[in-house]
Amino acid sequence: MNENYNISSSPHIRAKVTSGNIMLMVVIALLPATIFGIYNFRHENAWLLVVVTTVSAVLAEYIYERLMHKPITIKDCSALVTGLLLALNLPPTLPLWMGVLGSVFAIIVVKQLFGGLGQNFMNPALGARCFLLISFTGRMTYFVYDGVTGATPLAELKAGETVNTMNMLLGNIRGTIGETSVLAIMLGAMFLLLLGVIDLRIPGTYIVTFVIFITIFGGHGFDPQYITAHLCGGGLMLGAWFMATDYVTSPITKRGQIVYGICLGLLTGLFRLFGGSAEGVSYAIIISNLLVPLIEKVTLPKPFGKGGEK
Amino acid sequence: MNKNTERLYNGLVKENPTFVLMLGMCPTLAVTTSAINGIGMGLSTTVVLVLSNMLISMLRKIIPDSVRMPAFIVVVASFVTMVQFLLEGFVPSLYDSLGIYIPLIVVNCIILGRAESYASKNPVVPSIFDGIGMGLGFTVGLTAIGIVREIVGSGKVFDIQILPDSYEPITIFILAPGAFFVLAALTALQNKVKKKAAAKGDPIAEKIGCGSGCATCGKKESCGGGMFIDVRPEPKKAVKNEKE
Repeated sequence: MNENYNISSSPHIRAKVTSGNIMLMVVIALLPATIFGIYNFRHENAWLLVVVTTVSAVLAEYIYERLMHKPITIKDCSALVTGLLLALNLPPTLPLWMGVLGSVFAIIVVKQLFGGLGQNFMNPALGARCFLLISFTGRMTYFVYDGVTGATPLAELKAGETVNTMNMLLGNIRGTIGETSVLAIMLGAMFLLLLGVIDLRIPGTYIVTFVIFITIFGGHGFDPQYITAHLCGGGLMLGAWFMATDYVTSPITKRGQIVYGICLGLLTGLFRLFGGSAEGVSYAIIISNLLVPLIEKVTLPKPFGKGGEK
Repeated sequence: MNKNTERLYNGLVKENPTFVLMLGMCPTLAVTTSAINGIGMGLSTTVVLVLSNMLISMLRKIIPDSVRMPAFIVVVASFVTMVQFLLEGFVPSLYDSLGIYIPLIVVNCIILGRAESYASKNPVVPSIFDGIGMGLGFTVGLTAIGIVREIVGSGKVFDIQILPDSYEPITIFILAPGAFFVLAALTALQNKVKKKAAAKGDPIAEKIGCGSGCATCGKKESCGGGMFIDVRPEPKKAVKNEKE
């Protein structure tokens, strides 16, 4: 999708940035988390699930566009990003065909049926994750680390047990393929921040709101160990840096991005503390995605020279 | 085509309430978790629809225009109550699984819609056939959705296991979102089939529904209400549209 889109009147800034470039940078930024995940879950053959899910996302896009006689857009790497993000959001023991089903759902139902890249109303990877989570709840919450099955640290935390925060930071824990290592995720996020692909507005407000919510309602007061465990556990970091910042499904207005971040933080806190399951990042992001058009409408900036309110 | 068979064809295919008119969406989405529920709901609605169409058509010269809606509701509600008691008495399992959606047949858009746009303006026999056609169209729609959802969502049809045990059901299909997926997919499928038939010049293209309700249509005198004005597009144009 490298054609030019004019979204407002001149003056325009010329840049060589294309969707393809940006998506490629996101893929590079996801590599540390991916490689760590594959290494971390080497006994569960996580690499196979990652490869199959990613390839099937790209193939689904190609086949759909071929059949519908549309321009083939697999070169812009957006399907690659979707497939990879979906794979990072799956538990390593998931049967391969479920990964394929998730990819096909993400690309065809969430993305292409609504008009392709730029038109999807929610993050395709997360849409597919929730689809799989609702369909195969048992499989999607079956976590293994080093051959031992058990609850994720976040679930243990919710049950009131103590967890090892250091392991959560490094990633030697149970979880989905890409979410365990906060260190690897932050490495990629730093890369994107330095290149200016994402900025701090959405992840920053998201995390700050979440911390405030946890402090007030968590029942532990301002307990750094508890808060760190919540921040490092589950998909919060992966979601905040890589999925909440998706250009298509986040507000384009600056004030809107802050409102969006606050929504995310509140919803995640609400789901984690008061919801039925321990994790709530993917539902929080999807619901906030749906709020984006409304947020943009109320935070529309006034054009320069329009004057004050009458 | 004879007027009565035309009514049947109209309800089943051309103006299918589920896939074309998109009426009665609430029961369509809510009860079609299995094929048997779809059939049960569809047939209950059919019975009410036929009886209410008949009675309203009989009373069409007596009911004053200004209070026709309350009058229709009274007629429909009486029949729904009867159907509800019959279901409760003879098929309690179906009664339990349909739940609140049986009394809600009273406010089903299809029934009031047919009373308003057809039965209140036409003689008794065509009205009965209109009710049968629309009701069967609704039944077919609901059963089709129910079958697909049951196969994908639990590997069964009419409670008979047809997919091997190794199949892991995609549970979302028997939950609320699955209803939307299946409804959308089946509607798209039937549009595709009809479009192909229209492009080939099949009889379906002879009369295409005018698309607007008869209540607000200015031409209802000339078409007689429920009939159709031939607005068939040029076959060439239809092919062109398909490629766009």
